[in-house]
Amino acid sequence: MKVRQDLRQVSPRASGGVKLLLVALVAGLAWSLVPGAHAVPTLCMPSDTTACLGGTLRTDEGVVPDVEIKVTSPSGEETVLTTNEQGKWNLAAEEEGPWTLEVDQETLPDGVATTGEDVITVQARYGATTPGLIPVRTESYSSERSFGEYLAQSTVNGLRLGLLLALAAVGLSLIYGTTRLSSFSHAEQVTLGGMVAYGLVNVGGMNLWVGGALTVLVCAATGWTQDRLMWQPLRRRGLGLTQMMIVTIGLSLAMQYCFQYFVGARTVRVVQDNPDVLELGPITLTYQSLAAMGISVVVLAAVGYGLLRTRVGRATRAVSDNPALAAASGIDVDKVIRLVWVVATGLAGLSGIMYALVTNGIKWDSGMQILLLLFAAVTLGGLGTAFGALLGALIIGMVVELSPVFGMPGDFKYATAMLILILLLLVRPQGLLGKAERVG
Amino acid sequence: MTMDAEARTLAEEQGKEPSKSRRALVIAAGMAGGLVLLWLVGQFAPGDVGSIARAMMREALSPQTAAVAVAVIGLNVHFGFTGLLNIGQAGFMLLGAYGFTISIRYDVPLVPAVLIGLLAAIVFALILGLPTLKLRGDYLAIVTISAAEIIRYVGRSALLTDFTGAAQGIQGKTYRDPFTDLSFFGSGEASIGFLNYQMTGVNGWWVRFVAWTLVALCVLGIWLLARSPWGRLLRGIREDELAILSLGKNAFAVKMQALVIGGALGALGGMIYVLPSSVQPDSMGRALTFFAWTALLLGGAATIFGPVLGSILFFTVRIFIKGTADVVVPNSLMNSQQTEQFSWIVVGVALMLLVIFKPQGILGDKRELRFNV
Amino acid sequence: MSETTTRTPGFDSADPEARRALMAQVAPEPGSAKPDPILKVDRIVRSFGGMTAVDVDHLEVQRGVITALIGPNGAGKTTFFNLITGFDKPSSAREGAHWSFDGATLDKTSPANVARAGMVRTFQLTKALNRMTVLDNMMLGATGQAGENLLKSWLSPLWRKQEREIEEKAKDLLQRFKLLEKKDDFAGSLSGGQRKLLEMARALMTDPKMIMLDEPMAGVNPALTQSLLGHIQSLRDEGMTVLFVEHDMHMVRHISDWVVVMAEGRVVAEGAAGEVMSNPAVIDAYLGAHHDTDLGDDSLLADATMEALADEVRDEEEAQSEAPRTTEEGR
Repeated sequence: MKVRQDLRQVSPRASGGVKLLLVALVAGLAWSLVPGAHAVPTLCMPSDTTACLGGTLRTDEGVVPDVEIKVTSPSGEETVLTTNEQGKWNLAAEEEGPWTLEVDQETLPDGVATTGEDVITVQARYGATTPGLIPVRTESYSSERSFGEYLAQSTVNGLRLGLLLALAAVGLSLIYGTTRLSSFSHAEQVTLGGMVAYGLVNVGGMNLWVGGALTVLVCAATGWTQDRLMWQPLRRRGLGLTQMMIVTIGLSLAMQYCFQYFVGARTVRVVQDNPDVLELGPITLTYQSLAAMGISVVVLAAVGYGLLRTRVGRATRAVSDNPALAAASGIDVDKVIRLVWVVATGLAGLSGIMYALVTNGIKWDSGMQILLLLFAAVTLGGLGTAFGALLGALIIGMVVELSPVFGMPGDFKYATAMLILILLLLVRPQGLLGKAERVG
Repeated sequence: MTMDAEARTLAEEQGKEPSKSRRALVIAAGMAGGLVLLWLVGQFAPGDVGSIARAMMREALSPQTAAVAVAVIGLNVHFGFTGLLNIGQAGFMLLGAYGFTISIRYDVPLVPAVLIGLLAAIVFALILGLPTLKLRGDYLAIVTISAAEIIRYVGRSALLTDFTGAAQGIQGKTYRDPFTDLSFFGSGEASIGFLNYQMTGVNGWWVRFVAWTLVALCVLGIWLLARSPWGRLLRGIREDELAILSLGKNAFAVKMQALVIGGALGALGGMIYVLPSSVQPDSMGRALTFFAWTALLLGGAATIFGPVLGSILFFTVRIFIKGTADVVVPNSLMNSQQTEQFSWIVVGVALMLLVIFKPQGILGDKRELRFNV
Repeated sequence: MSETTTRTPGFDSADPEARRALMAQVAPEPGSAKPDPILKVDRIVRSFGGMTAVDVDHLEVQRGVITALIGPNGAGKTTFFNLITGFDKPSSAREGAHWSFDGATLDKTSPANVARAGMVRTFQLTKALNRMTVLDNMMLGATGQAGENLLKSWLSPLWRKQEREIEEKAKDLLQRFKLLEKKDDFAGSLSGGQRKLLEMARALMTDPKMIMLDEPMAGVNPALTQSLLGHIQSLRDEGMTVLFVEHDMHMVRHISDWVVVMAEGRVVAEGAAGEVMSNPAVIDAYLGAHHDTDLGDDSLLADATMEALADEVRDEEEAQSEAPRTTEEGR
């Protein structure tokens, strides 16, 4: 999948494109004489009789072009490929089974070496593209990157993800606390933040700070509108919570496809140019990330202060505890809930802008991954407790980023977070900070 | 639910059996009549009207519509009858599909392979139910949606390429043969008007026949279950679990049984879903679960025919919206990709409106206006 | 119902004199021993956060009579009910909390097991299954149904006969509670009082030894209140043990044989209905909670009304004893 995407994104710069084409033609002619293997450095399309192998030779510093790779078919035929300017290589295999790949060490640029095994085996299957990952790295890298440094970097990344999640999770938790509604569309509110910021800053050319602030306002306005036009009337109708939850599912679906309709299926970025990087010992962090973390901490602190110390915060907690009692003691429950929607969607929008900034962009369905992490965070901390959501988000952020450090395959890092959630429910269903509920 | 609950009590003592059968017949005949009408329009109407009707008809009879119908019947056992919020039915489907196809690729015969797929879903249901069925309903919702995503993540992990084909999935031709070999339809093609498919083939009449036969069997099975005292117990739990506990019933065990049965039906649906195509983990994600929910609520939760009617309508109406938008809205306003997305937006909005204004769906009882009383 | 109720030998629960004589032996003090206790409770404590909702050291409930558990709002009556029926867990679970019903220890049982032991409760906020018919509500109450087993449920011949028997029994009970003509209506369409009746009738479908009613009179209109009280008395007369919760003590004066008073989580007094009301601890408890205790409208339950009610109940019983009575065979 990765390989095909990379190939598609290759933008044929004029001269490079021509050169590539020439190489392709020559190579195609040359290799068409080799039976069994048919290797061209252009896009290989898998079919019923063709399996594709491909990959990108890449170190942490960049791609490695012009490296020869010796490819051996299951029946022993040998072919030599050369990586192109983007470090890509690609092979149409007409034989299923184990193919071996071996980098010609001579052709590697100075300072670049393979790591671990020199010979890699990949399984070719008809109708599929199999990625062949050949691990290479700069020689300086190996001496630099120890487990401790990896751990430090991942911890910071985890903290960053945790803080961004916390912004959205606190809102989700406040909504749950005051209305008992698990809002499935909350993650789309996060995506909305990224999308609006993309529109204002990237497309509209607005200053990032101004555009960001405006985005938060727009997102908060959607919360106000939703509560005014939908949630409040539905509460008044006495619509059941299950029904309301399904309404949020419908909303989430509609919002996702609205993003796709207006923005398309690609990943969009809020800021186009590559950000400056700050290096603090072993930790590399963009200034944007740093700013995002700082803003999150300040905003979360403000929300916490608001909940604990202000009148309206106390009213919100009173509604969470017992809406009927709160209403009886003179609190305007509808007003509190309206405010909660505004704050929650605003926070989600802010989270979305920063998510798009620090993770290099946002997509129409980014919300899906975020939603699961949010649910995990909120449930982990204790449904409906704002501070539990904060704690849960930080834990989930850490788990996601740290699990690869401790040997969990990268593909499974989100799954690990869910697994922890399910395990926690077994022993402490009310979450870390939740109180066991009174029954009957 | 009211349809059968009521019909049953009435029928048993007053010999009103015919009225219940009559209602079932009317619904079945209505559905068949609708399809025949659609076929006639597709066959004889000229221009765009005809082509949209033909696309709708093909979608209505598609084995994948049948597959979703089976999964929705399972979801109906969960939500409609028992009130369990399973937001991960696609996970059960994917698990069934993996269990079935991987078994066949390892030369397991067809029937044991199907059983392995079902077993995978049953074990999955037990694992999910154990921590959550004693908790409030939202916990099951959160856990099922998460677990379904875990299955998808794991399935598309590069580590498991040899088993699941990672993100590429599993090619249909690697597991289809044992199924098509069973066909007694012979080879060649057959047409009913514009509906022209191979007799057996990859995606022909044989897989359609089997898929819709399975739908019919599931409907029959659920009808038998829903009218039994066990079905009454399910509805009791849906209405108020504490009341059922106070009557000395083991609500947890019954909920677990419902979760397992619905999950197994989901897995069966998943197997049908991949038979004419391939296993694509990304096409069996959260969106598919939401489609199943929309279909269920459209047809009517807690009804017998609702899931089938809902599934057929869901897919054909979407084709109708897309086809109409394609024809009516000029391309400068909405290109064909956007009409596709537009149709999904309509699905989302329709789900919202349905739940708010007609929660009982098409076949549900009017008196049953609210989910949570 | 009476078939399954074990009676105290030589005691006819339908005879007011016998009941008075029986309960006269009991010391009117909190935690007093009863001649034949069906329920015994020891050291049950339940606290929420820092607040102790229930702290009952010892309590016995006499078999075959009506015991009322009264106390001002917030006295912990419903929490106590939840605890002994397994719907809540005592905080003192590890510190000697112990209770037994009819000889069976219930310390760690689930609500379902408590019900199966023969102690069936109703709820303060009625839990009628609103989107099911009245008859379905009733039939859910029956125990030991073969058709509730998943494997047997597919084959109607395995449960058809039992189903008919249960239906007969349900209809008998509905007849008695004057709900028969509503049997095909949704339970949700009944009035509040009818739902209370339905819930009580449904509890009786389980053939309990003791029925526990949580505020059966709350939110019920006066006419139905009287018939409810009548039903409770007739159950007792058939030999069933009744324990019910009520916060207005005047409601219970006429029908209860024994009154247990709770305040702030503790049992503060016990005694016969007439005497306990003058107990200083009780007056304290009620005055502490609200001052209008004595302003309760007692005329509703004037003796003449009660007698008329008793007659009505007797008539009904006669009508019923002639109707064919179905008993469950499988037990």
